[in-house]
Amino acid sequence: MLDLLNLRTNMSTPESYIPILLQMGVAVGFVVLTLSLSHLLGPTRKTARKEDNFECGIEIKGDARFPVSVKYFLSAILFVLFDVEVIFFYPYAVNFKSMGWNGFMAVLAFVSIFLMGFLYVWKRGALEWEK
Amino acid sequence: MVKIGDAPEGIEGQGFFATSLDKAIGLARANSLWPLPFATSCCGIEFMATMGANYDLARFGSERLAFTPRQTDLLMVMGTIAKKMAPVLKQVYDQMAEPKWVLSVGACACSGGIFDTYSVLQGIDRIIPVDVYVPGCPPRPEQIIDGLMRIQDLAKNESLRRRNSDEYMKMLESYNIETTEK
Repeated sequence: MLDLLNLRTNMSTPESYIPILLQMGVAVGFVVLTLSLSHLLGPTRKTARKEDNFECGIEIKGDARFPVSVKYFLSAILFVLFDVEVIFFYPYAVNFKSMGWNGFMAVLAFVSIFLMGFLYVWKRGALEWEK
Repeated sequence: MVKIGDAPEGIEGQGFFATSLDKAIGLARANSLWPLPFATSCCGIEFMATMGANYDLARFGSERLAFTPRQTDLLMVMGTIAKKMAPVLKQVYDQMAEPKWVLSVGACACSGGIFDTYSVLQGIDRIIPVDVYVPGCPPRPEQIIDGLMRIQDLAKNESLRRRNSDEYMKMLESYNIETTEK
């Protein structure tokens, strides 16, 4: 058995990968051939209405790309930030007793850093919507 | 158990089988209809049951639903079509891939049903050509399956030239459907 395995490994020269390459070529070729044949030979009826963008059958109004106020982005990213902060409280609440005063101090430091960030954001006026 | 579609009529011999191109393509089309479910009311609920495990529309090669008309060739209209909805339905039909079939499911889609009123389209065949009508209010899943099988019959036996015939073109024009590029 061991000899057989050795024989196998000795036999694996770069040429022994040719069947795999062939197989890949056939697989890719089949896909390309059938897709392009059905595209070329299949029935089509190209009209302006048919080529129009599909928006659930409703007439297109305006462009999908237009400038949006940066306030949306700012509020969204700040929300995510403080939302994640709150998420950290859940595992802490579960381990509240076992972590003792050390844990409490660590969380207090964490929250105070975030609080400073919150004050900074507030002072800079990022939370004022109508301005 | 996998059931393979019955072979069409043809000449059979040892190691070969010959049939007409129409029939071979018809066989392929009939067993791979991709439906676009246009479900607006209770018939749509029956359709959900039809797609479920008990009735299983996948047995007919129609499990691949799409909500874009580009990828579908069978429009299944299930439910009341209000006149406000009519242009939407029309555009969905117009943008579907060729060749396409329409299955009108339920009394409302076929004729407006009980909604004989100013706001409801009295049958979708007023705006798009319909191939098969399924009656019922709502029809049972068996009836929807029967409707699909009639569509399969149509697809199987359709001549490849049918959709370029003068008759068909005239029918499209009568529905105000563009036939040539503008």
